[in-house]
Amino acid sequence: MFSYPTGSDIFKAMAENPKHIINYDEEVIAITGLYKSFDDIPVLKGIDFKLFKGENVAVLGKSGTGKSVLIKIIVGLLKPDKGEVLVLDQQVDKLNTKELDALRLRIGFSFQSSALYDSMNVYQNLAFPLTMNVQHLSKNEVKDAVEEVLESVGLKDKINQMPSDLSGGQRKRIGIARTLILKPDIMLYDEPTSGLDPITSAEINELINEVQEKYNTSSVIITHDLTCAKNTGNRIALLLNGKFLKVGKFEEVFESDDEHVKGFFNYNFIQ
Amino acid sequence: MAIDTRKYIFSEGIDRYFTGVHSAWKFTARFFKEVFRRPFHLREVINQSFEVGLKSLPLITLTGFIVGVVFTKQSRPSLEDFGATSWLPSLIGIAIVRALGPLVTALICAGKVGSSIGAELGSMKVTEQIDAMEVSAINPFKYLVVSRVLATTITIPILSLYCSFVGLYGSYVNVHTEESSSIISFYQSAFSTISFLDIFTSVTKALVYGFTIGMVGAYKGFHATQGTRGVGKAANQAVVLAMFLIFIEELVIVQLSNWIRYF
Repeated sequence: MFSYPTGSDIFKAMAENPKHIINYDEEVIAITGLYKSFDDIPVLKGIDFKLFKGENVAVLGKSGTGKSVLIKIIVGLLKPDKGEVLVLDQQVDKLNTKELDALRLRIGFSFQSSALYDSMNVYQNLAFPLTMNVQHLSKNEVKDAVEEVLESVGLKDKINQMPSDLSGGQRKRIGIARTLILKPDIMLYDEPTSGLDPITSAEINELINEVQEKYNTSSVIITHDLTCAKNTGNRIALLLNGKFLKVGKFEEVFESDDEHVKGFFNYNFIQ
Repeated sequence: MAIDTRKYIFSEGIDRYFTGVHSAWKFTARFFKEVFRRPFHLREVINQSFEVGLKSLPLITLTGFIVGVVFTKQSRPSLEDFGATSWLPSLIGIAIVRALGPLVTALICAGKVGSSIGAELGSMKVTEQIDAMEVSAINPFKYLVVSRVLATTITIPILSLYCSFVGLYGSYVNVHTEESSSIISFYQSAFSTISFLDIFTSVTKALVYGFTIGMVGAYKGFHATQGTRGVGKAANQAVVLAMFLIFIEELVIVQLSNWIRYF
């Protein structure tokens, strides 16, 4: 499924936005007036954000602007200081442990570091969330589910390998596969292409779009990689100084006259 | 009017100390809350007990044996001065079962098991593996902490009894080379002065030490920060704090058992 992309494939992928039916009437995430600070240092200063059903939104911004904090609040790993965070119509910070766990089963979180369990091989890494959350599954059912998601990410042959034996790109894919095994409605990607070469990054971008189409997910993609944002995001949200400076299609954000937005893009191109 | 801009109630160090004590207390209370709740990860408890128990066995065997030999060698001259070498098995029996067996086992396990738990959980913490469990709707405290603390609490008393037995055997080997006594008469003599209270105190001590080692290792690992440096720090602190607490507990339990013995 994931043949090694040629140069023309990459440029083709870069030119095309993902084709997917988005339901703009159904909000899966709705954030209003979100504030978060650490040790009196404000990180998020009044965020308003919406993610619609079937949509991919790429959140762009410099390091340390609170992009990862935003998705950690969405999944309930961090609590907001102020503001309302509605995920699938449930206010995350008001849920009890049981309700939060039920919600988390509908959210896939792909970590920047992949966060694969070191002591488990690929099969065990993928089977673990399934066996811990779904009772009375036979060994064959677990094996089939693991093989299905591994096939989706093109790494079926790595089933018995340990995470330490995998490359950075393979680890990212296995990390994504681990979240897909629970068939989530929402995917949260934290810097999916950081530390990867351009070709592997293009493969990951392609995978994010395939996940959106195959599993009908809505996704928030946290990145500072313009190519990733352009190729995976139906909309782009530019986070600077704790606020969304501009939200819209890539071209709209890119062509903005705002000095800060221009500064961000110029800096990235120089880099 | 002057505004009070103090960040700390007393000072940074004192505030941090009390915050740490409060955090450790909450962590321990959470263990007792979670341990009786479903799901029970029995397989993980067995896996961890295997890790703690079977893998510590060679070290415990060697150390217990050497302690028995050395303690007997050191005690013999003093008893010889009083012509009381026949009391040697009883003396060694009391010393090993009441104090040395549990203490030696606990100190070895604090170094071997406590540091390993601290480093493992610390590494999982800094590489976001614990967060990954949490976002997969798996309770990491229950799966990682409760299973490990249960494993150390169950396994260390067994290791302690085994260590006492091996220590007595080491003592017998030393006695036998000097006096050629039989193993049965040695063990009979050694156990003649050991009461139920001694065994009970010994097992209770080992239970408390096991709980402490697991809890301290898990707490330090679970709260590791600052990347790989934090992992090393967590492992180191797990050993130092566990050993310190073990000596404090030894003192308290000896006082309590003596109080029970004489009243």
